[in-house]
Amino acid sequence: MALVELRNVHKSFQRDTQVIEVFENLTLDVAERSFTALMGPSGSGKSTLLNLIAGLDRPTSGTITVAGAKVNAMPPTALAAWRARHIGFVFQSYNLLPVLTAFQNVELPLLLAPLSRKQRDERVRIALGVVGLDDRLQHYPRQLSGGQEQRVAIARAIVSDPTLILLDEPTGQLDKRAAEEVLALLQRLNSELHKTIIIVTHDAHAAEKAKQVLHLEKGVLAA
Amino acid sequence: MKLLPLVLANLRRHRLRTLLTTLGVALATFLFASLRSVVTTLNAGAEVASASRMGVQNATAIVFPLPLSYRERLAAVPGVAAVTWANWFGGLYGDGKTFFAQFAVDPETYLAMYPEISVPPGQKEAFLHERTAALVGKGLMEKVGWRLGQDVTIRGTIYPGDWTFTIRAVYTPTVRAMDDRSFLFHYDYLYERTDHRATPGWYALQLSDPSHAASVAQTIDAMFRNSSAPTKTMTEKAFNQSFVTMWGNVQFLMNSIGMAVVFAILMVTANAMMMTARERTGEVAVLKTIGFTDRTLFGLVMAEASVVTLSGAVLGLGGAKLLYAGTGFNGFGFLPGFDVTPATLALGFGITLLLAVASGIVPALRAARLSIVQALRHVE
Repeated sequence: MALVELRNVHKSFQRDTQVIEVFENLTLDVAERSFTALMGPSGSGKSTLLNLIAGLDRPTSGTITVAGAKVNAMPPTALAAWRARHIGFVFQSYNLLPVLTAFQNVELPLLLAPLSRKQRDERVRIALGVVGLDDRLQHYPRQLSGGQEQRVAIARAIVSDPTLILLDEPTGQLDKRAAEEVLALLQRLNSELHKTIIIVTHDAHAAEKAKQVLHLEKGVLAA
Repeated sequence: MKLLPLVLANLRRHRLRTLLTTLGVALATFLFASLRSVVTTLNAGAEVASASRMGVQNATAIVFPLPLSYRERLAAVPGVAAVTWANWFGGLYGDGKTFFAQFAVDPETYLAMYPEISVPPGQKEAFLHERTAALVGKGLMEKVGWRLGQDVTIRGTIYPGDWTFTIRAVYTPTVRAMDDRSFLFHYDYLYERTDHRATPGWYALQLSDPSHAASVAQTIDAMFRNSSAPTKTMTEKAFNQSFVTMWGNVQFLMNSIGMAVVFAILMVTANAMMMTARERTGEVAVLKTIGFTDRTLFGLVMAEASVVTLSGAVLGLGGAKLLYAGTGFNGFGFLPGFDVTPATLALGFGITLLLAVASGIVPALRAARLSIVQALRHVE
């Protein structure tokens, strides 16, 4: 059984009087422990697909099942709790909270879990150690490079040991070297820690690092 | 409690804005406490008034005097056990910046009627038997640095000239609401030096039975109705309140200003909270993505508003309590026993809580209802 199952997913947006169809009858399976790259031109619906899988958005129709949970049918509060437990999300523009240190940013998802301060402390240090930033615990985002910021964002995404890690253009704002570091890190997370990863990218080089590449064009998926 | 560091970190984001908003709330609550304390102090003064005493003033206004001849006629009214009288002197001491109330009183009858004015027996005798002697409140002695036996010259404004008195006695009030910063001297001294022009400002009556107050008042006012100086007789409580209303409707004025200040600061705080929330739209979306529920985000914004407003209230209300208690402020003698009461502090905190809710509710609801996808589209 696939970790992520999309069945006959239909998504449309209403913009003023115009209805924009993003997907119609989209079906997708993503296996556990896989590393999938989702490619496609701008406006093809990559980010929308990622948002639907993460439960950030709801399909117009169809079903989305992640780790056995029907994401599309969950009420908002249950969905938020489910996201906290199962989803690690990384944004293109890092989206770290500027008033918090690297440590505090990574600690954020753990504040929602029933953990003691000591347990949180241990997990944050491990996560920042995995991304190679255990010497930057007390640094604020403005004191870090773009690559380091994105690694902190990845540490935040993995700190609660989620079922699924979703990344939306994670190398889009990084220079080549920083992008390589991030991609190498993602490969390690998948191969060594067996994390299931879905990455949205328009960068062919980034997609090469994935085990499976899917192309999305005009709402239609192709391998 | 786990989320408190997040709340505090957000408040540190724009330190100056947070500081100014907090100080704004502090100033508003300080003013509220001060203005309300004026009202409660005035009411407290009226509340401790003796039920067996009454005041008689000119029916037109207390600033108009009454004839000295009324004392015998008042004493003859059935139910009146004793009569005394007093006059507002209104002089200036030194450069005029040290203000205190001065009253010309009939010493023997006045001290007999007001046992709350406690004077050591030896000093009392000295005061009673010297025409230019003065009886001064302990608080005023300490404030001005006078000593017993010292000559003090006061410049008359209503009764012109330099008036020199010798301090022969110091009184200590036995009730908190009585002023300990007044200056009392012999009415006879005033009467003689003004060629008998300074007639009593008001009379005070001791009743043989407090339950006869209404009939006594009726009898007295009827007796003088057709005279050149008709009277208005009332209980001491009502008399004290009327003395206060010489300033106009103080209670209405104070409450109106207090409410206006609180409303103004509500606008300022609400605006600051709205600005803060607008700037953090993207961050709210990120927190929701991480798994923060709508209710948690609502709580976070409300907590921020509460921390700002309650910190301001602690500063403002606590500052008012400590400042007035520490300086012994008494409104230049008009507000003896001035104090920020526990009830005022409780009301101040209650208003602050409402302020927190009113200023935080809109941005908190906005944060709770924010669509993650639309907000992310805005920042990504």
